[in-house]
Amino acid sequence: MTDPTRLTAHELTDAFRSGAATPSAVTEAYLGRIAKLDGKVRAYLTVTDGRARAAAAASDARYRAGKPLGPLDGVPISYKDVLSTRGVKTTCGSRILESWVPPFDATVVTRLAAAGVVPLGKSNMDEFAMGSSTEHSAFQLTANPWDLARVPGGSSGGPAAAVAGDLAAISLGTDTGGSIRQPGAFCGIVGMKPTYGRVSRYGLVAFASSLDQIGPFAKDVRDAALVLRAIAGVDPADATSVDVPVPDYAASLGEGMRGLRVGVLEYDTAGMDPDVQRAVTAAIDVLKGLGATTQAVTLPTADHGLAAYYIIAPAEASSNLARYDGVKYGLRALGKDLIDMESRTRAAGFGAEVKRRIMLGTYALSSGYYDAYYGKAQKVRTLIRRDFDAAFEHVDVIVGPTTPGVAFKHGEKEDPLAMYLNDVFTVPANLSGNPGISVPCGFSTSGLPIGLHLVGRAFDEATILRVAYAYEQATTWRTRRPELA
Amino acid sequence: MTWEVVIGLEVHAELTTRTKMFCGCPTTFGASPNTQTCPICLGMPGTLPVINRRAIEFGVRTALAFNCRINTACRFARKHYYYPDMPKNFQISQYEEPLAEDGWLEIDVQGGTKRIGIQRLHMEEDVGKLIHDGTLETAPSSRVDFNRAGVPLMETVSKPELRSPEEAAAYLRAFRSVLMYLGVCDGNMEEGSMRCDANISLRRPGATELGTKVEIKNLNSFRNAQRALEFEVKRQAQALEAGEKIVQETRLFDADKGYTRSMRSKEYAHDYRYFPEPDLVPLKLEGAFVDGIRAALPELARAQQQRFVAQYGLPAYDAGILTQSRALAGYYEAAVSALAPGGSTASPASAKAVANWIMSELLRVVPGDDERAIAESPVPPAHLAGLIALIDDGTISGKIAKDVFEKMVRSREDARTIVQREGLTQVADTGAIAAIVDQVIAANPKAIADFKAGKTAAAKSLVGQVMKATQGKANPAIVNTLIEEKLAKV
Repeated sequence: MTDPTRLTAHELTDAFRSGAATPSAVTEAYLGRIAKLDGKVRAYLTVTDGRARAAAAASDARYRAGKPLGPLDGVPISYKDVLSTRGVKTTCGSRILESWVPPFDATVVTRLAAAGVVPLGKSNMDEFAMGSSTEHSAFQLTANPWDLARVPGGSSGGPAAAVAGDLAAISLGTDTGGSIRQPGAFCGIVGMKPTYGRVSRYGLVAFASSLDQIGPFAKDVRDAALVLRAIAGVDPADATSVDVPVPDYAASLGEGMRGLRVGVLEYDTAGMDPDVQRAVTAAIDVLKGLGATTQAVTLPTADHGLAAYYIIAPAEASSNLARYDGVKYGLRALGKDLIDMESRTRAAGFGAEVKRRIMLGTYALSSGYYDAYYGKAQKVRTLIRRDFDAAFEHVDVIVGPTTPGVAFKHGEKEDPLAMYLNDVFTVPANLSGNPGISVPCGFSTSGLPIGLHLVGRAFDEATILRVAYAYEQATTWRTRRPELA
Repeated sequence: MTWEVVIGLEVHAELTTRTKMFCGCPTTFGASPNTQTCPICLGMPGTLPVINRRAIEFGVRTALAFNCRINTACRFARKHYYYPDMPKNFQISQYEEPLAEDGWLEIDVQGGTKRIGIQRLHMEEDVGKLIHDGTLETAPSSRVDFNRAGVPLMETVSKPELRSPEEAAAYLRAFRSVLMYLGVCDGNMEEGSMRCDANISLRRPGATELGTKVEIKNLNSFRNAQRALEFEVKRQAQALEAGEKIVQETRLFDADKGYTRSMRSKEYAHDYRYFPEPDLVPLKLEGAFVDGIRAALPELARAQQQRFVAQYGLPAYDAGILTQSRALAGYYEAAVSALAPGGSTASPASAKAVANWIMSELLRVVPGDDERAIAESPVPPAHLAGLIALIDDGTISGKIAKDVFEKMVRSREDARTIVQREGLTQVADTGAIAAIVDQVIAANPKAIADFKAGKTAAAKSLVGQVMKATQGKANPAIVNTLIEEKLAKV
């Protein structure tokens, strides 16, 4: 058979069921590929080969007994290093948690373990998920498998590069302002942010609690649907998770475009990569050809989304990151007294971008500034939510570009504001809570992947998966793969 | 110069829920350090809080007892400051939308009662405890115990309507009584289950503006609260009279030295950077939930005191003592109803007798505000009722009864068992007593002579001699009657 690391998760489990492959053999193929090629990609911070082999052996036995746990049994996965794993370091890409080993698993990790996945390891990220290039990791630069001189996007650059580089079959990332969808676009794979509240955040080390969501990276839409099904659903440990029934997303993928109304996002093209615009326009034509009706959609307040986001996210981050003080766990620097110890710990433990956001957020919440900043940003957020609600009265899905451009070179965007602009199309869905997905829709003239961004109604992931699937099946982009070896 | 004292109190009460505010850890006091913790109350990365429904019930119960308006939608907020006993370096509390607002609590003041407004009641989590190896200033290292971190705390803020340190102490007493009657807090100030901070300022009588206030922390008993406030009234009055300005600051009460000292001034006040807790959704308190709690509210001390006066004919003073705790009031009513068998109503005399026995005897043995001690009293209500019944039916005298009570305390036996075993039954056999009376009269010619000479006191000494001869077992009424009859004949 072909190299199993090229296969999707559903192709793998087909092969497991037919006996054409075993989870252990596939796991060995992945571990071998990681050993050989991750030195180039640097997607992984920790490889859990022992756990992977044990899980694969258990999965082998289930297939032999004819009792696999479901459509993900035996599938090798990588977890962004912000998801807590019992007994395995969870660094968040930060010095301050360099040696942190959680005594518990995140709910998503527990659920996927129950689905039989094989955990290959923990993948790289911007420190505390703050960034769009994974360059803010305290430990290593991750390369984009399409061009090793370029970034994989971020903050979930590690898990995205792992899947794009065939170093994992599937992976989980987190998306606070675009941190799954943007690296998905940059790496030419499917990346999805579910509705806020759809997936439990328990065990996700918080960056911005009201925006963070966990979601899948996958080689195709069907895999994303399978992973979402496995991780979605209310969790008593997360009060913000919502009890909405979780449908069988994979079952409804083939329902096609007929009767669906597609809203075409009108956006400011200033500063846009023309290749991206061209690819998105062509993708919309494909959707029309599949039977969708289209109409223009505007989100009038979305222009303020980035500004509101850069108040709310740092404000919540400044609070969430207050606990890292050297007293209880993680890094502790020596100091002459308590306050000195805490200051030195935080000075040594946090990188520049994290410090910048802690300061921004602390300022925004300060007495006398709260109403002007945090209060106002929350109002913008309400207006953006209304914009989406109004748009979804007329359309079923909103399409546009995932990012303004394609993957950039390491070190190319040193100005933080230039980096922040990467999130301009993805941030509104975090502020409103709506689900979004990025699906490959072509390549730039330089051969770099481009992503199509689909946003749906709250808790209606089924529709954007269905549209993404129809588009994916009507095109051949997924057949082009980066060559690492 | 005269000054009007303006005091407002903030009371933090630890709730007696079995588990913590936002996780499932137990709340038991006194366990080994850091044994009652989990990733959530230790604030580990990635953990999330989940609201303890029972704690909210306790909060609503208290708010209703304080006549507050329950906010149908309240929410939690994060309060930020760095302190190593606080795992997340923020406390989940409530800020703009507390659980309840605008209530009142009635307190006893000289010559009557007074309603003190309650501004707000909100829920939050407690912090851990630092253990210093030596004093805070000199300790080479400190350790932290997070057992208490996350225990449900209820903060109640009064309006600035207390007008003296005595009123403040009365407020605290009434407050504690309500909490204990509701069963939401054990009221133990020494263990820190109830902690009090006070805001105090002075102003000219009749002034409408408030003076500059000072916050006093660490008031860990009713007495210390009153002492600290009395000190502060004097300190502020002296300063004002000397033309000085009061500095808005936080002061700490040193109970050993009896004075307050400055802790931090307003310039160093915390900016808590409150914002709504994004990990919790707003709490919707449905009408049915609140109505259910309202319907199950117990009778509180004040109402019970009034009922005891009306129902049992007790003096208000007695009723006040008997309602110092729900357990003691329950004890009283159990004893009274045991004296009125078959659902009949106890006579006012026996109701008063029970009150007297509790006040003069039982409370010497059992602290009246200690719910557990009362529940485990060596003399349970039925035994006390049994003792009183023996007096009522003439089996023993009141004097003997006091000795029997002491024996009951020691042996935990009922009165009848002790009386029968020790032969303490009162002699009511008129013939037997008459024989002893005759002997006593025969042996005391001088007393008879005195009586004849008009010294009526001589009769009393004869009664005493008869009682002595019967070791106190003779029925005193019968002895009296017989002596009078005999003396009339001589």
